[in-house]
Amino acid sequence: MDMIASLIATTLSAGTPLALAALGLLINEKTGVVNLGAEGMMLMAAVIGFAVALHTGNQWAAFGAGAVAGALLAGALGLLVIWLNTNQYATGLALTLFGAGLSAFIGIDYVGKTLPNFKPLEIPVLSQIPFFGPALFRHHLMVYLTMALTIGLVWFFDRTRAGLVLRAVGESPESAHALGYPVRRIRLLALMCGGALVGVAGAYLSVIYTPLWVQGMTAGRGWIALALTTFATWRPARVLLGAYLFGGVTMLQFFFQGSGMQVPSQFLSMLPYLATIVVLALMSRNPLWIRVNMPSSIGKPFTPGG
Amino acid sequence: MLKAVLKKTLVALAAVASVLAMATAPAHAADPLKVGFVYIGPVGDAGWTYAHDLARKALQAKFGDKIKTQFVENVPEGPDAARVIRDLAQQGDGLIFTTSFGYMEPTLKVAKEFPNVKFEHATGYKTAKNVGTYDARTYEGAYLAGVLAGGMSKTNVIGVVGSVPIPEVIRNIDSFTLGAQSVNPKITTKVVWVNKWFDPPKETEAATSLINQGADVLFQNTDSPAVLQTAEKMGKYGFGWDSNMSKFGPKAHLASATINWAPLYDMLTEEVIKGTWKPAQYWWGMRHDTIELQDINPAVPESLKKVVMEREAGLKNGTFNIWKGPIVDQAGKTVVPAGKVADDKFLHGIMFYVKGVEGKVPGQ
Repeated sequence: MDMIASLIATTLSAGTPLALAALGLLINEKTGVVNLGAEGMMLMAAVIGFAVALHTGNQWAAFGAGAVAGALLAGALGLLVIWLNTNQYATGLALTLFGAGLSAFIGIDYVGKTLPNFKPLEIPVLSQIPFFGPALFRHHLMVYLTMALTIGLVWFFDRTRAGLVLRAVGESPESAHALGYPVRRIRLLALMCGGALVGVAGAYLSVIYTPLWVQGMTAGRGWIALALTTFATWRPARVLLGAYLFGGVTMLQFFFQGSGMQVPSQFLSMLPYLATIVVLALMSRNPLWIRVNMPSSIGKPFTPGG
Repeated sequence: MLKAVLKKTLVALAAVASVLAMATAPAHAADPLKVGFVYIGPVGDAGWTYAHDLARKALQAKFGDKIKTQFVENVPEGPDAARVIRDLAQQGDGLIFTTSFGYMEPTLKVAKEFPNVKFEHATGYKTAKNVGTYDARTYEGAYLAGVLAGGMSKTNVIGVVGSVPIPEVIRNIDSFTLGAQSVNPKITTKVVWVNKWFDPPKETEAATSLINQGADVLFQNTDSPAVLQTAEKMGKYGFGWDSNMSKFGPKAHLASATINWAPLYDMLTEEVIKGTWKPAQYWWGMRHDTIELQDINPAVPESLKKVVMEREAGLKNGTFNIWKGPIVDQAGKTVVPAGKVADDKFLHGIMFYVKGVEGKVPGQ
């Protein structure tokens, strides 16, 4: 029973950076911009967040710095793909390669440094409940903020005017433009907000999840987050569930090994990626699932009056 | 005015410098021996590469201007390694240490092209006319860590985060388990492989998973302090590996099993300078002060500490053997009969778990 509780707890913790990054990318994609630079942005935010946490000893300053780093990189990407109409896929990939290299360079002095231990939140009373306490109520605040953010985004996209405008920009930039909305500026704003979330995810990895900076430490989490948005058919609540599912699979492979099950560990390490492919393949068999929620203009540049 | 003064000063300085250079040049008739090091990871401030770099610094301090050391860090094991090693040889290095197992073939390849340069390859098994190998008996540190783990575990379950399933690492897991069982026969060891030498996020996840499954003392054969940090965070015990890691988890840190390469590096450098160097295969442990157990946690009871110290002394003077029979493997087969001591050849080929380790050796 304890083991299941702790498996749930570690799953939530492992899923949180994935969910944060994927929610950020979801906001981008809702307006029609694909951000393949997520992995590089996470790395940059991870190293900058780590540096800030080390020098200030304040985790919230680190999250802030990570968010700013993510937003600035997303802004740069935005200028290229929104105004100069460069190819979104190629530019994003370039950003990932750039971020991986630059973060390694900046991080040279931070390899092997240690951070103060930021304690998780222990919600009074609730954290003492057997089973549910250890599983659900002893996490870092960011875990709960991510859940709240998911609910907030569901409400934002479905219930608010601004959410509707954002979706309109992604569905039909021409119509949104005709109605008088500044399509390119809205896209840039969404890209930067999304980038900030991706940045927070990166900072969470290096400051809370593994309090260490190491070159390339995101280890493909940016790519999993990208796959997650499709996996979740662009629905925030499904993004969160998907992130927990992926986090769970990661933790499960170690759980199997520790309990002495005869499964090769290499096979287990492959599972999260296999799960992505299987889900993508299953989904594309039912085009309706995708089409209902997929922003129509995704990946396409927009030039007003063009 | 100021410009003229500056100009004059510069000219004078240049003249002084050139005179000095001429005057000092003959004093250095024998050029310092250039010693190169190739590292697998960043130097950072903990772990395998860090330990090598500590020894490099000690070497430079000891030999002063008789030698000049340099290093290249973060060199991947592959085609790049040969390029880096060749580059060092071309720069005139007379002795080159290649400090990771995967540099074996590149080292041998470059050594053929530079017959006058001496090469020392860490943890390998192939030698050549100008290539020697060296290694440390890390399993001695693992054994003593195991004694501490066995004595401190309350759940009787201890955990190991394994890096790559090769004999060296399996031997460490086995030695760790033998150490723990020597003071607590009820011990079982859980092993989780991350298949990397250095991947802190994965090491953290693996460590968390082991603790969740009841392990209360963790040990690792990976290069980062992530496992110790995780133990600290979750209120369990852990160890430092390769270098002293006590600062990464002051409460959790039971001890650090460290490698001190300095005695060996001193000897090899001395030999090269004197011209007596010959390719050999060194495997040094506590007897040569290469393996050390540092900073035992004050929380460890005196009685347990005494056992550790006794065995440490025994390893140092050769009266105590870790791999002395009877040793039984997982399947219950006696692999080292009672009274016999396993030889180095046996130790080099260990690919089985001893009794008490759970799971199977990957690929076996």
